[in-house]
Amino acid sequence: MTRRLRLWVLTAGLLATAALYVAACTDLPAFGGSWHPYGDRAVRAALQQHTANAVSSVNFDQRAFDTLGEETVLFSSVLGTVVLLRRTRGEKRVAPGPAEVPAALRRYGLLVLPVTLLIGLYVIAHGQLSPGGGFQGGVVVATSLHLLYIAVDYKALERIRPLGLFELADGTGEAAYILLGAAGLIAGSAYLANTLPLGTFNTLSSGGTVPLLNAAVGVEVTSAVVVLLAHFLGQALEIESEDGAKDGGREA
Amino acid sequence: MDRLLPLIVVVPLLGAAVLVAAGRHVPRPVAEAVAGLAAAASAALAAAALAGPPEVSWVGAWRPQDGHSVGIVLVGDRIGLGLAALTSLLVVAVLAYSWRYFDEPPHGHGGAFPALVLLFQGGMCGFALTGDLFDAFVFFELMGVVGYALTGYRVEEARPVQGALVFGFVNSLGGYATLLGIGLLYARTGELGMAQVGRELDQAADAAGHGADALVVAAFVLVLTGLLVKAAAVPFHFWLPDAHAVAPTPVCMLLSGVMVEMGGYGAARVWTTVFGGPGGVPAAGARRTLLVLGVGSALVGALMCWQQRHVKRLLAFSTVAHTGLFLTGIALLTPHGVAGTALYVLGHAGAKAALFACTGILLDRHGSVDECELHGKGRGIPFTGLLFAAGGLALAGLPPFGTSLGKALVEERSPWLPALFVLVSAVTGGAVLRVAARVFLGAGQAGREDDEGPETTGGEEEPETGRRVRRPPVPMVTVAALLLAGALAVGTVPALTGAVSAAAEAFTDHAGYAAAVLDGRPAGRPEGPYDWWTWTGAGLGLLSAALAVALAARSVGLESRAVPWSAPLRRLHSGHVGDYVAWTVAGIGLVSLLALW
Amino acid sequence: MSLLPYLIAGWVFLVGVHGIATSRNLIHAVGCLAVTQSSTYVLLLAVGYRKGATAPVFSDLPVDAPVVDPVVQALALTDVVVGATVTALLLALVVQTAKRHGTVDPDELSELKG
Repeated sequence: MTRRLRLWVLTAGLLATAALYVAACTDLPAFGGSWHPYGDRAVRAALQQHTANAVSSVNFDQRAFDTLGEETVLFSSVLGTVVLLRRTRGEKRVAPGPAEVPAALRRYGLLVLPVTLLIGLYVIAHGQLSPGGGFQGGVVVATSLHLLYIAVDYKALERIRPLGLFELADGTGEAAYILLGAAGLIAGSAYLANTLPLGTFNTLSSGGTVPLLNAAVGVEVTSAVVVLLAHFLGQALEIESEDGAKDGGREA
Repeated sequence: MDRLLPLIVVVPLLGAAVLVAAGRHVPRPVAEAVAGLAAAASAALAAAALAGPPEVSWVGAWRPQDGHSVGIVLVGDRIGLGLAALTSLLVVAVLAYSWRYFDEPPHGHGGAFPALVLLFQGGMCGFALTGDLFDAFVFFELMGVVGYALTGYRVEEARPVQGALVFGFVNSLGGYATLLGIGLLYARTGELGMAQVGRELDQAADAAGHGADALVVAAFVLVLTGLLVKAAAVPFHFWLPDAHAVAPTPVCMLLSGVMVEMGGYGAARVWTTVFGGPGGVPAAGARRTLLVLGVGSALVGALMCWQQRHVKRLLAFSTVAHTGLFLTGIALLTPHGVAGTALYVLGHAGAKAALFACTGILLDRHGSVDECELHGKGRGIPFTGLLFAAGGLALAGLPPFGTSLGKALVEERSPWLPALFVLVSAVTGGAVLRVAARVFLGAGQAGREDDEGPETTGGEEEPETGRRVRRPPVPMVTVAALLLAGALAVGTVPALTGAVSAAAEAFTDHAGYAAAVLDGRPAGRPEGPYDWWTWTGAGLGLLSAALAVALAARSVGLESRAVPWSAPLRRLHSGHVGDYVAWTVAGIGLVSLLALW
Repeated sequence: MSLLPYLIAGWVFLVGVHGIATSRNLIHAVGCLAVTQSSTYVLLLAVGYRKGATAPVFSDLPVDAPVVDPVVQALALTDVVVGATVTALLLALVVQTAKRHGTVDPDELSELKG
């Protein structure tokens, strides 16, 4: 298809979609209105479940099955990336050399690393109380480890990042969520039912299964992001074609 | 039993998690056994649920109060459960087929391929069972993400990465359109469950005194977009031949056998539960939309299928054609249409998966899936050839295959449908038979390079078993034979047709679905009288099969497969992401016009 | 302008689609797909907004305080994760495309056609 024809098809499609969408918007309730029936019910349910962060209550209790799907999407895409970015025939692995890092960057990086790690763990642990949770905190924890790559070099990162262990944790986090759901069945209720004691409102142990599911997701997300970045970094730094070119070019 | 419905979805996911966690230390046969066990357990759960009365399962025990819930519901209706069961059985077949497949699994990840297949299974089962729009989107994306990774699995070659990339772009875009539609519906109704949204729309229309406004139509169009992309309806279909031609053969069996059909199922489900009531879109608009796209896909798919020499691409286009026929059956929006389509899907899954299985054997034996290059090379494996030809006849609608029964039940509903169904069955079946005659009998000409238009050859492909196999491995042939036997059983077991007909009655009942989900009144329908083979139906099946044989016989002697006037259409299939995305938005425009008109 | 936030979502969607369709670089196209997806965040959060309300977190709020809809925020979180993973997977495919085809220009990928 020529570029010109593509532009015509595209323009027609965009105009029609725009017309459809604008017409729909005129029928939407006014922005900022007070009619949110599902939201109101979700807030009531969150308070009844002693979960101060209503968003976490929706994510890990009321619509926990969505979150299982979401966690699995992440899990799958990490596995997919591992498969797609594997070292193929005609490629070899080389050890990247040490890198020169300005002293100021090194000091700053090593200083913020533990702080970032701590913040990440805090965000995971307080998911039922304050904004955050396993997904957000997991990304922060994984990022904190990679500060070592910026502040020192790739070798240093590799030392604190045993990939086999993180892959084990990745699978374990996913399995833990699924099994915590099954605990609801075993307790005689439904799958993913919140059957644990709900605890005192606004304390770390409140929310029943919410903190546990949050922790499972935290473990999974942390290790998933670490594994994911490891494979992209590996492509950039370690994997070369046999003839030594970083970018293998078209295979003969 | 109702509490166990979620297990159908999560058992395969757990299997995948175990395979990844233990992947480094588990030898490959153990990994494959674990995967087979998880897939089979899910299939058994689905079968057990099918044997019991229809039930719904509120995940997290958030049962509705006064018709409202904050939770997610899984609905064990017969059609959705049947699709989950079909998916699981096909996954078991695929895992058996790929036993000892892929000589070199990724280093340290021996269980990666079976784990991805299990995740695919979980995604499809979740999509088939969920009664919640947003949850359906999540599982739609899960299917998508795993699908892209599986399609691009053979990264050593150039074509798979391109096919997977195109697949990823178009499907994700469709998914986001669907999510926009879900957002519009949430703004209007304040609900996410299909039954709840449908009921709220009806009540709003009741209060306003009129039917659908622009918002409801826009939501319908946008939600449908993602599902039609998945269903590969023209003009959303471009990704499918590119992805199916390059994916590993076992993955093709799943993509063509069930994943594409999930799109049609989703469209039908969303229509009946959400938009099928007085507050939804007018039935005429919905029917016109599905009918035009269905007929268009059937014709384009058949025309393109005939001209391919790359056998997997040929089969992929036949999937486009047959999905078009499924959409046409769904477009009738009647229990008969749904029942016929469901049987057609069951028969097609067996036949198409068997055809891909046989093609995989050719690929592993000769390192090629090119009709011209393979000329006469299949003479040493007559049984595989027999299965391949039987698959072609099943596609052509030969009684008593399930495809033929489904086709007969749908086409008897309207005077002009037989012409379309016979034509498309004959052309797609004929193309397969032409390949069978050339490859396995060495009949006629080898065929040649095509000067009429652009084409994808199928030569110089890597065998997927690492090195070429001499004789067809027993598991591969057995799986193909069993799949065809399944397709045959669909057309010959009367009880199945009875059950499917009763299930279709319940499936198309808009108010009954809401009552079953929200008011706890599962509609246990007694099986009534149902349609079965008629002389006309069997006759039309014989006619299309005879036409297919005639077409094949006529064409094996010809050098060119090209249909000269279709060259512009072939040029549209350019493999270019930008082109396909442009067609996808143009498709949104087309669907809006058809729905509004 | 009570429609503006909704219209912005539509605009973001269309701009993203235009970007993918006219892109000459696959990495750029993956970015455009992420832009397209952001339209869904904007729409969801706009739908859930309530004037004068605050975040639905009650650790330091009275339980009857007006809050915005927590459901759409949960949906947006799910959506973000889905978007990030799709982006990662597509970028992995782009890396391999660059190696196998020697280009990331979609106009030069010519293995599949007809």
